[in-house]
Amino acid sequence: MPNMQMQKTPMPEQDPIARGHNFQEVALGYTAEMAVNEANRCLNCKNMPCVSGCPVGVKIPSFIDCIKKGEFAKAYSVIRETNSLPAICGRVCPQENQCEKHCVRGVKGESVAIGRLERFAADEGMRAQVAPPAIQENGKRVAVIGSGPAGLSCAGALRQKGYAVDVFEALHTPGGVLVYGIPEFRLPKALVEKEIDSLRAMGVNILVNRVVGRFATLDELLATYDAAFIGSGAGLPRFQGIPGENLGGVYSANEFLTRINLMKAYDFPNHLTPVRVGKRAAVIGGGNVAMDAARCALRMGAEEVTIVYRRGEAELPARAEEIHHAKEEGIQFRFLTNPTEILGGEDGYVRAMTCVEMELGEPDASGRRRPIAKPGSEFTLPVDTVIVAIGNSPNPLIPQTTPALATQKWGGIVVEEGSLKTSVPRVYAGGDAVTGAATVILAMGAGKEGAEEIDKLLSEA
Amino acid sequence: MYKILRKERLNDTTTLMEIHAPHVANKALPGQFIIFRIDEAGERVPLTIADANRETGGVTIIFQKVGATTRLLDALEVGDSLLDFVGPLGKPTQTEGIQRAAVLGGGLGVAIAYPQAKALHQAGAKVDLFVGFRNRDLIILEKELRAACTELNIVTDDGSNGRKGFVTDALREKLEAGETYDAVIAIGPLPMMRAAANLTRPYGIRTIVSMNSIMIDGTGMCGGCRLIVGGETKFACVDGPDFDGHQVDFDSAMKRLNLYKAEEAQASEHICRLTGGKR
Repeated sequence: MPNMQMQKTPMPEQDPIARGHNFQEVALGYTAEMAVNEANRCLNCKNMPCVSGCPVGVKIPSFIDCIKKGEFAKAYSVIRETNSLPAICGRVCPQENQCEKHCVRGVKGESVAIGRLERFAADEGMRAQVAPPAIQENGKRVAVIGSGPAGLSCAGALRQKGYAVDVFEALHTPGGVLVYGIPEFRLPKALVEKEIDSLRAMGVNILVNRVVGRFATLDELLATYDAAFIGSGAGLPRFQGIPGENLGGVYSANEFLTRINLMKAYDFPNHLTPVRVGKRAAVIGGGNVAMDAARCALRMGAEEVTIVYRRGEAELPARAEEIHHAKEEGIQFRFLTNPTEILGGEDGYVRAMTCVEMELGEPDASGRRRPIAKPGSEFTLPVDTVIVAIGNSPNPLIPQTTPALATQKWGGIVVEEGSLKTSVPRVYAGGDAVTGAATVILAMGAGKEGAEEIDKLLSEA
Repeated sequence: MYKILRKERLNDTTTLMEIHAPHVANKALPGQFIIFRIDEAGERVPLTIADANRETGGVTIIFQKVGATTRLLDALEVGDSLLDFVGPLGKPTQTEGIQRAAVLGGGLGVAIAYPQAKALHQAGAKVDLFVGFRNRDLIILEKELRAACTELNIVTDDGSNGRKGFVTDALREKLEAGETYDAVIAIGPLPMMRAAANLTRPYGIRTIVSMNSIMIDGTGMCGGCRLIVGGETKFACVDGPDFDGHQVDFDSAMKRLNLYKAEEAQASEHICRLTGGKR
């Protein structure tokens, strides 16, 4: 009998006050009992609307059915057939806009908690150390540039089809935004490592400390590989271009989060990378990255953390759940506010920020109402740390060192619609490197699509 | 892991190491740098490539013991390994068309100026090399330097060897005597590079400086190394580290270089207390 309760089975969370002082995971995950209870809310619909909402097409009702029967490791194997990183997707996907948006149970009451169940199955499956699937080698080699969600998902899918895959990563740890961007309290790094280890166990070869464009160009790689996939992301931070941005205490969100997440500056001086957070921190921007930066600043000891956003609350691009968590933890919001100058002291450190109030005008090209400064509304906000989280552009290093690779004016790699084919033969691209900053799961979807296109190309040859 | 192939103490504070990293050695060009990390708890620190040997796969770095990480590095021996070693990073120095050059190196900057002088010299350019040290005990690489230039000028702050004064004093004399250069390449502490740029500005001599900003990733993804050049924000790791010395805002660069002085001291003390400088 299905469980007809209208609400999702709640998931335990750390207390908001206590968690504001630690980097441990906020959401604690289901117990087996909670997971089975929630799995029983799934009606096992024939037409599976949930699957159509998943960018990598996870077989949702069938993995949930395994959970119903208590076959947790098998549930993990079912997910792994189409998704290389389920423990991560279950945690960071915006399910409300994807699988769960289409769930029939959501028509009356709340949809099935697919993300939470995926997370549960993955955590259980990894604990049980499910053996990797057998692979039939096909003798062909593919280079994958970047080990973020797009690259890893492409590498996993290609490996499953029998390709020898080398992944080139510029940093010392694979994972891209999963390790340097998304904080420990949303996505534990030990877990990312485990999930990447399971790709290695399949035979995916990951080479760290390899900056493509410098140690070898894309053209040089193509001399020894049958094809390449570029998943180099959008990691080039944007600044507003206002006076004072080079003062001490002003960080791009990428720098701030990299110091904390990748270099573990929260454990300074046991870890040797420092970061400096004052008493009053301002984060400029309203996306998920801004929420992550604000919540990190709080955990680094800031007493007052303010999100400064030029549009209104309704326009915040961050996930509802992240905004909710940030508010619970005491993050302040200043909407319709835009900084115009950052002011520093004699010592070269930031002291305050001049801001103007904004109002929303007509919708712009993106369909959002354009914010316009109110004349004479300048005021000063005292701050000693400023984190700029207004977005990133694709990294220009590979296009700069590959003249034949066509890019958009804003830096995105141009791909053929529907095939992810770039202007360079045998080279495909996907994820943020093509679309600009988007979500983990969209990048994973693109990585998977890239793998299918590469397979199509190389099986014909 | 990246094995230490050679270690040589050049003076009390300066050490040379050759690290086995073939993928870096194969591609390294003068002006480029590497980033290393000693172990899991380590920070990422940039160092200029002083030399590269394509046959052995060795990359030479020269560093001064100034803080926790460089002290830990200095305590390692031949046969030990570094956990991470990435490069070559940054753009190589643009030396096309330079027939007559003055290369200035100050302190540790001498080790960075050396490959530039050598490359120019080998390409047939006439190179005057000006190197400066605080005193005679700190002089490094004298033999190598002499072989990498047409004329070697050694100066010491206290006059204990060679002439007394700064490298820029020696260059000023040459310029005042009517010597001309296609380019001046100045590498060393920020005040020295600023002085060199100020000296050459009225003469209109193209002046290349190598900026030693604080870096984390070194691949353009964080902007920690940003500086102002010609009124625009640039990232030293991908747009540089070489820049037109006449365009660089040295004052703000100096302030940014000192941002973590307190934390550096704290880390250094922590390492010392824990391990006596070793891990």
